[in-house]
Amino acid sequence: MAAPETSTAAVPTLMTNNSLRNAFGGVLSFFILLLIGVLAFSIRLFSVIKYESVIHEFDPYFNYRVTQFLTKKGIYDFWNWFDDRTWYPLGRVIGGTVYPGLTLTAGTIWWFLNSLNIPLSVETVCVFTAPIFSAFASWATYLLTKEVKGAGAGLTAAALLAMVPSYISRSVAGSYDNEAVAIFALIFTFYLYIKTLNTGSLFYATLNSIAYFYMVCSWGGYTFIINLIPMHVLLCIVTGRYSSRLYIAYAPLVVLGTLLAALVPVVGFNAVMTSEHFASFLVFIVIHVVAFVYYIKGILSPKMFKVAVTLVVSVGLCKLICGPLYSDISACITSGIALSQAFDVFTRSIKYQLPGVSSTNELDAGETSSATAEAQNDAVKTEKTEETSKDRPSRKSKKKEKEQVEKPSTKAKAEKKRLLALPLEASVIALLLLIMLGAFYVVHCVWAAAEAYSAPSIVLTSHSHDGLHVFDDFREAYGWLRHNTDVDDKVASWWDYGYQTTAMANRTVIVDNNTWNNTHIATVGTAMSSPEKAAWEIFHSLDVKYVLVVFGGLVGYPSDDINKFLWMVRIGGGVFPHIKEPDYLRDGQYRIDSQATSTMLNCLMYKLSYYRFVETDGKGFDRVRRTEIGKKYFKLTHFEEVFTTHHWMVRIYKLKLPKNRIRGKTKKSKSKTSSKRSGITKKNPWH
Amino acid sequence: MKMKNFYFFFIFAISFFPLLCFSFNEGAPTDRRVLVLLDDYSLKSSHSIFFNSLKSRGFNLDFKLADDPTLALKRYGQFLYDALILFSPSTDPVLDFVDSGRDLILAADASASDLIKNIATECGVDFDEDSSAVVIDHKSYAISGTEGDHTLIASDDFIQSDVILGKNKIEAPVLFKGIAHSVNAASSLVLKVLSASPSAYSASPKSKLSSPPLLTGTAISLVSVVQARNNARIMITGSLDLFSNRLFRTAVQKAGSPNKHEKSGNEQFVTEISKWVFHERGHLKALNLGHQKVGEAEEPAMYRIKDDLKFSVEIYEWSGKSWEPYVADDVQVQFYMMSPYVLKTLSTNGKGLYHASFKVPDVYGVFQFKIDYQRLGYTSLSLSKQIPVRPFRHNEYERFITTAFPYYGASFSTMAGFFIFSIVYLYNK
Repeated sequence: MAAPETSTAAVPTLMTNNSLRNAFGGVLSFFILLLIGVLAFSIRLFSVIKYESVIHEFDPYFNYRVTQFLTKKGIYDFWNWFDDRTWYPLGRVIGGTVYPGLTLTAGTIWWFLNSLNIPLSVETVCVFTAPIFSAFASWATYLLTKEVKGAGAGLTAAALLAMVPSYISRSVAGSYDNEAVAIFALIFTFYLYIKTLNTGSLFYATLNSIAYFYMVCSWGGYTFIINLIPMHVLLCIVTGRYSSRLYIAYAPLVVLGTLLAALVPVVGFNAVMTSEHFASFLVFIVIHVVAFVYYIKGILSPKMFKVAVTLVVSVGLCKLICGPLYSDISACITSGIALSQAFDVFTRSIKYQLPGVSSTNELDAGETSSATAEAQNDAVKTEKTEETSKDRPSRKSKKKEKEQVEKPSTKAKAEKKRLLALPLEASVIALLLLIMLGAFYVVHCVWAAAEAYSAPSIVLTSHSHDGLHVFDDFREAYGWLRHNTDVDDKVASWWDYGYQTTAMANRTVIVDNNTWNNTHIATVGTAMSSPEKAAWEIFHSLDVKYVLVVFGGLVGYPSDDINKFLWMVRIGGGVFPHIKEPDYLRDGQYRIDSQATSTMLNCLMYKLSYYRFVETDGKGFDRVRRTEIGKKYFKLTHFEEVFTTHHWMVRIYKLKLPKNRIRGKTKKSKSKTSSKRSGITKKNPWH
Repeated sequence: MKMKNFYFFFIFAISFFPLLCFSFNEGAPTDRRVLVLLDDYSLKSSHSIFFNSLKSRGFNLDFKLADDPTLALKRYGQFLYDALILFSPSTDPVLDFVDSGRDLILAADASASDLIKNIATECGVDFDEDSSAVVIDHKSYAISGTEGDHTLIASDDFIQSDVILGKNKIEAPVLFKGIAHSVNAASSLVLKVLSASPSAYSASPKSKLSSPPLLTGTAISLVSVVQARNNARIMITGSLDLFSNRLFRTAVQKAGSPNKHEKSGNEQFVTEISKWVFHERGHLKALNLGHQKVGEAEEPAMYRIKDDLKFSVEIYEWSGKSWEPYVADDVQVQFYMMSPYVLKTLSTNGKGLYHASFKVPDVYGVFQFKIDYQRLGYTSLSLSKQIPVRPFRHNEYERFITTAFPYYGASFSTMAGFFIFSIVYLYNK
């Protein structure tokens, strides 16, 4: 611990060899850190080099739009932003429903650069926010690990974090999402916690609360901190390592942290009212009781102390039995006392069992904090696994690879310890193996960064025998909407494309990726699952003018609306029960070929996806579903196709106006369909 | 005479304004050009009273033969005429004409072709499919010198609408000789202006009635009007003679009625209804839809919940020469988000200005000011203006609430107590 104290500390002493070495080590590690920062930044630039400087995927587009608003209108308007261009006609209170950390960070960077007369666009700043913060995160990792283990371990850890693929996947240039800054905030908060634990300084405790506040601002994952630190504190208490430093590390964090967290509009009273935060309050009470007991113990003689304990316990039990009114607080107190007794017993037994463990707090804290560090690493991993699996199942495989690679690195640490007892040859071989493993790890990370995680998903590429194909259909479609439709027109699509439509096309959408209103989504799902006329009425009642569908059947893009369609049916049917999933399945199978049910072949999604599709190859062969479509020739009566992109990936339809005239009845066939239509009309959820 | 071999019909179509009709930026009505396509110039004199009444009202009538090779309806995408009378039309151009917001008078008679019937069907009016059938009424026929087959009908079953038929009551019955039609009951756009009596039926007068007639009684409409969604107006009747000089001048006595009128009601009826069809009456426009916060002059881009606002709109009616204020007490405004949250009747100052003031509901979202005004005979007014309503800003809430004073007291006294305690504890050893 004491070894890598920087050269400044060593200067006043004599210029011994040791202090020179320390100074040299300090400078070296500074440059290594700098290089690690450069590495962390540059390994994430593959997406910019291979594609272009562009925001990726879905949520980042929303964050980008919010940042634009922030830079234009200022922080107060951002705080009070009521967005009337999404969730039409409900609107969305954005200021109170977003974690503002990322936006404020990027906005501040932009403002700072602009005030230095560096005129970067907001988009550029947003694209590069994640790589910049990855460098910060690796430096924070260095600090954390240094605090736990020493400078060498710190540098190793920082280098590992700089290029761990799972982190890269969330923070490549353009991936402008909450995690981009939140991972840094997470690590930095833990660093400050351990720093406080080691020093017992209130200054660091306050800094810790502020770091925690930044984390709360940035990401919903802050609950992870506010549960993990209490667990650590509880563990320390149970194992008899309570000290005043533990108290200083924990109590200000809970008090200040909770107060600060409640300042973030999206958290607000959740900071004291939801169950995620209860553990911290419970431990807060426990630590106070423990502190009190230690204080009493210090005053009273051992005999008196025992008497007092029995007294308090019996009173507590009486209260617990007599009145459930007291239940909350007294239960906490009695359990706290019971715990304090139990932990007395535990500490004694542990001290007997581990003769090496002295009461020197430095070592204790160091070890326990290393435990936390590891636990935290694990937790980060699991967090990320959850996330990526939510996003895309295909990433899971890569996740496994990554874990396989990571394991050796932790093993390596263990090996280092054992090396001391090993013969020279074995240790040399082990060292070589280690270096090889490290090299392979670097190669793998770079490969993952370059190939697996750099695709922005709004521009797709495919390699085939005749070269590289670029599919830029999404931006083509959004550009068409932006240039060819009226500013106040409403565009309906499945919610996946809501953020992109508002950000890139600047048109009002009905639902978007912030899925806060299930009924509204179900309405769109119902419209997509309904026959044309009923769908037209639903959309018309929502003032929709254009409908956008994503169709991959021509080029084989698998995540298109037909593959998502069953979810529309399910969500729609969850609210409007006349939509039934079995109607869309033939013997439990989802199919769009000639065996498909008539409900399926007549629903809006099928029609909008496959309208005129047969004209492309004469057969209507869907390359995603690998089958010929069931219904090839049909006309649209209430919608008209206005735009289809180059590869047919996005198709935009316009709702036709109601007919100018109403026909007479002479043609019998027409009157029949009109009566059928009126039957369907009743199912419109808005009437 | 060709007239017997051909079906006759007139189609007058008057351009009035483009599809979005609330702007009404067309010129004065005297500029209206009417192309009258004739099969035979003799019609010019046999129907001269009607033509003259149009001329006297400022229409430029251009008579042309249907087979005139120089004939062109459209040049460079502009309609050269605003009105048509055709002899061999196909339905599409005529319907396009209507769908572009132009008006049409269509008169068929017993020899009307399927094409003409199709035009009528497209507009929601079904002529009797039996081509030989005409309207016969043995009870309310017009008494004439010779005892006929009761196909000349005297009807006075008018629609009760001053807008369509004018303020002066039509005293004399209208003479009608022609074919029957029915209207699509499901259509809200079509109106029966002149209905047959309950004893009327549609059948061929020459042959014996073998099966019950398909169209009977009041289901038969003699004259119907259609106002399309774009406010194009169409008049459809099964009688060409309705417009003829002969019936205009004929004295009429309805069977079973002692009153004998010197002149039939045809002239008044046709003149009045043509005024309606050509938008000289019953055409509304709404403009200057505006709203302000109470006490402010500027129109805000967004309201806050619970704001008080004023809403105003001006509504005028076209009198044939100028825009006159429209006065009614049933115009309503909706404050609408998926359903009306506020529904308020507007009060008027008699000069065309309608206004109301109300409080924005305690719901945020994207609202619309909506006026949906549909009255018999008038063009429909449906306007909407989008306006978002936002929640309170962070500094618009009440700063200090009286009921919360105990809590403020508690927190401040705790802070003070802690401060004093710290000082005492730290410096009082």
